[in-house]
Parts: sequence; C-alpha cells; structure tokens
Amino acid sequence: MILTLVGVSNGTLHESARRARGTGADILVRPPGSSILSSLSSSPMSDKLPGIFSKEPHVVLATGTIIQPLELFDSITGLDMDQFAKMSGGFHFLAGGLPVQDTDMIVDEPYAREKHLHVGDTVTLISHPWRVAGIYEPGKLARICVKLTALQNFTGNPHRLSQVYLRLDDPNTAQSVVDSLRAKYPGYPIFTMEYFTSMLSVSSLGLLRNFTYVVIGIAMIVGFIVVFMAMYTAVLERTREIGILKAVGSSSVLILSMLMRETLALAVLGTILGILMTYLTQWTMLHFAPGGLYQETVYGWWPVTAAIAIVGSLIGAIVPGIKAVRQDATEALSYE
Amino acid sequence: MSETPMIQTRQLTKTYRAGDIDVHALRGVNLEVNKGEFIAVVGASGSGKSTLFSVLGGLTPATSGSVHINGKDLSHMTNAERTSLRRDTVGFVFQKYNLLPTLSAADNIKLVKYIGGRGTELDESFQEVLALLGIADRLKHKPRALSGGQQQRVAIARSIVNHPAILLADEPTGNLDSQNSKAVLTLLRDLNERLGQTILMITHDEEAASYSHRRVHMRDGQLT
Repeated sequence: MILTLVGVSNGTLHESARRARGTGADILVRPPGSSILSSLSSSPMSDKLPGIFSKEPHVVLATGTIIQPLELFDSITGLDMDQFAKMSGGFHFLAGGLPVQDTDMIVDEPYAREKHLHVGDTVTLISHPWRVAGIYEPGKLARICVKLTALQNFTGNPHRLSQVYLRLDDPNTAQSVVDSLRAKYPGYPIFTMEYFTSMLSVSSLGLLRNFTYVVIGIAMIVGFIVVFMAMYTAVLERTREIGILKAVGSSSVLILSMLMRETLALAVLGTILGILMTYLTQWTMLHFAPGGLYQETVYGWWPVTAAIAIVGSLIGAIVPGIKAVRQDATEALSYE
Repeated sequence: MSETPMIQTRQLTKTYRAGDIDVHALRGVNLEVNKGEFIAVVGASGSGKSTLFSVLGGLTPATSGSVHINGKDLSHMTNAERTSLRRDTVGFVFQKYNLLPTLSAADNIKLVKYIGGRGTELDESFQEVLALLGIADRLKHKPRALSGGQQQRVAIARSIVNHPAILLADEPTGNLDSQNSKAVLTLLRDLNERLGQTILMITHDEEAASYSHRRVHMRDGQLT
C-alpha cells in the first residue's frame, strides 16, 4: 500500500513534469492571484499577452493556452497549434494529424489506448462532440488538445488564456529574464520552467507530502494491528504445540526465537509479496488506465517499507511470544 | 548399601485452584520406584494420578513434600531447572500422542534429540529401537498419515531418544483399540526388559497394568 501510494504520487507528478518540459518553453506566466501549482479552472488572462511578452528582450516565442478541467484527473487544453509546434518541435503523430476543424481534437497515445479511441472517432466533452483528428506520442504538455479559439469559444472565454509560455534565445538567461518580467509585470506569477518542473515532486507539495505521511502512518498502525492479531492467533492456535515443546524440554529462549524467526520470515515474505504487488498495480494502471495515474517503481522506499514490516511484525509478536513462553506446560497440553 | 530409588516422593501434595475452589489433587503421596522397574499407577478418573504424572515429570511444581527424580530434588527447582530436567532425565508418552502435526515422524524424534543437545542423527542402536517399535518404514510420514498405534510408537521412540532415566506414560493406550493397546504395552515391557528402561505408567485399566512389574493404586489423591 505504501509503495503503491508513493509510486503513484511520484509517478503522476513526474509524468506531469515530463509533459511540461515537452513544451520546449523556458518561462511560464500564470494568472495574477494563482499559485505555482494551483489548478487552472478559469481563463483570466487576455490573449494579447503573448504578443506583449514576445516583444520583451530575449523572448523569441510566446504562446498561450487555455485549460478546461474535465472529470477526475483529465483536462482539455486549447493551443495555438502553429505557435506550439514552433516552440515544442511539434507533435509526433502515430495516426492522423493536426486539427483542421474547430471540433477536431488530438489525444496522446495512452489516453487513446485507455479510451479505445481511433482517428475518426467522435467523443463528447464539455457537452460538445469532438472528432479525433490525430493520436500523438505522449510528453507534449497535455493529453487532450484542441484549437485555442475553439476551446475559448466553447467555454465562453473568447480571447482569454489560462497561462502563457515563453521561449528565450538563450535558456541560460531564464532566471534573469524572469526577474525583469516580474519587476515589469507585478502580480503575475512568473517562473522558469526548470523551477516549475522541480516543484512537481512529492516533497515540494506540502499537502501531498502530509497526505502521504498520514497514509503511511495509517498503514503502519493497520499493519501492526494485523500482524499483532495474526501472531496472537497463531500462538493461540499452536498452544498445544508449544506445550509439547515445553514438555520435551524446549527452553523459553528457544521457543521465543522460533516465534521470532517465523515472524521475520513472514515479514520478509510479506515485503517481497508487497513489492511484487506494486508491479501488478503498475501493470494494471498501464494497461487499464494509461491516461490517468502513472505509477513509478520507488526503489528508495523498498528498504523503508521492509523496515516498517519487519519492525512492526517483530514488535507485534513480542507480546504473544512472551505469553507463550510463560504458559504452563500442563495447561498448554490440555488445550483443544 | 541399597541403590538410590529412581523416583522417590515424601508427603507429596499438590493443590490447585479451580475457580474459587482449592482442589487437593495429591494428599501426601509416598512412592519409591527403583531403577529398571516398570510400575503402573492405577486409579479412577479424578484420583490424582495425572497430577502425579505432571509433578513427577516436572511439568508443574508440587505444593509441598519432596520429589526426587534420579537423585535430583524437584522441590526447589526453578522453572528453567524443571525444563532442564524434562530435557535430560524424563521422557513422556501421552494419551493423545502429542506429536507435532507439521513435522514428519522422523523430525518429531530428531527435534527432541536436537533440543537435548545431541544433534539430529539417529544412530545405529536407535535404528534397532525403531525396528523394535515397528516404525522404521513409517518415519517419513506425518502424524496424520499414521494410525493411532503408529503415532503412539513414534511418541515412545521420541520419549527415549535422549536415553532418559525414567519414562512416564499417561494412559498410553487410552486412545487405542485393544490390538494396538496390546502391541504398545508389549513394546513398553520390551523396552523395560531389553533396555532396562525405568517406566512409570498411569492407567485406569487393570489389564494394561498387568504388563508392569508392580502396580500401585490411587484414590482421592493418595496411594492405597
């Protein structure tokens, strides 16, 4: 559970960061009042801003996008296809091509696979039917893209943008350009893409980090109780066996060490099984929900979860273990 | 000079608590068993014979009086010392066999040998004992694959694998049919006669007791 949770948290954020880097932009401009990682459900910026920003020193290209959230984790992004192609190097289509009509959409391959979409299919999103014009390789900003003006009009936000991407003549000057833009356009959150993508990590997101720790804490408590009860029941069920061992002269140390070794073996096996199960969930997500969450293998967490399992189970076995060795052999032998 | 008795009790009492009531299971038992003797303690249910078995085997401490097993005084032994006594001096045969169900017959025997600090290999002389018990070809089987008689023979083999000074048997034929009962009792007598094994057998069955050299009767916690 812990490995899956951390894997999904890291994987989904890293996938988002990879897509953001796929824009080819050096600077991101967000609407005034928004934070760096807040979701964009409104489009408060004028579509004249890219033109204004493109006149700034070192800026060679500026393009705006509009984002309309859909259900769960999905969103639909409106792009100026030509400008975006210049900035990012263009989409690499596996089937079809760029949108031609206003009601054309393009989707990335994982989304198409998850939704079983093919070029020519029709999908209804935000109460409008869209024709799938192309399917492209993932890693380019968004999973579902349509023409900028079409989405602006369909969502009732003509000439409005959600965010603006800037490309510079020299990416190494990004921070100094950001500093000068911030001074010139106060109130606009402006970041280098490098900083933005670095923020897309579990440790950078306070809420997600706290949530992860809470779930890990719950997993530890639940795991401890389960192991404790399992070992307690195991000792009860083996009362007669323990009585036999005591009757034939087993010392308390020997019986306790047998219980501890058995617990350790179970914890190690459980950890290995847990790790294998993360590959199963990874495979399941990849094959049945490739367009949604993405799970990474978090090798660094393997020893952490192993330690939690082993320490938790050993502590859980101590109480019934001591109870077992203190048991009177005569009583134990009469246990049914 | 006469030899020290293998088992010697003097004014042995055992009182245990059942709910709010004190049960006086043993009320001053005086008993002597010599080395190489096969003795049967006969009594009805509730006479205290099983309590005597537990006290003599060091499974539970006596309340008062003295108990000497092979010269060792159990009266003031700690729990660990009684564990040591059970490991080195006493072998047990129970009515319900008490074999570990997850181990094979051979492993049940070897485990006790291992606990006794004698390794796990069954030497040639013990192979002869296994042949005498008629279980040499059943050692790889787990208890559930053995008949009651075979399980009891494995239990007997387990009880003597560490060459204990005394073998205590509590109703060893209580769960067996008459044919297997005879076989087990004959085996116990053979072990006594061929190996000189001292045996104290608890039974309520006079016919079973007839296999012993001597029988004593027990009633209301006292030998009569």
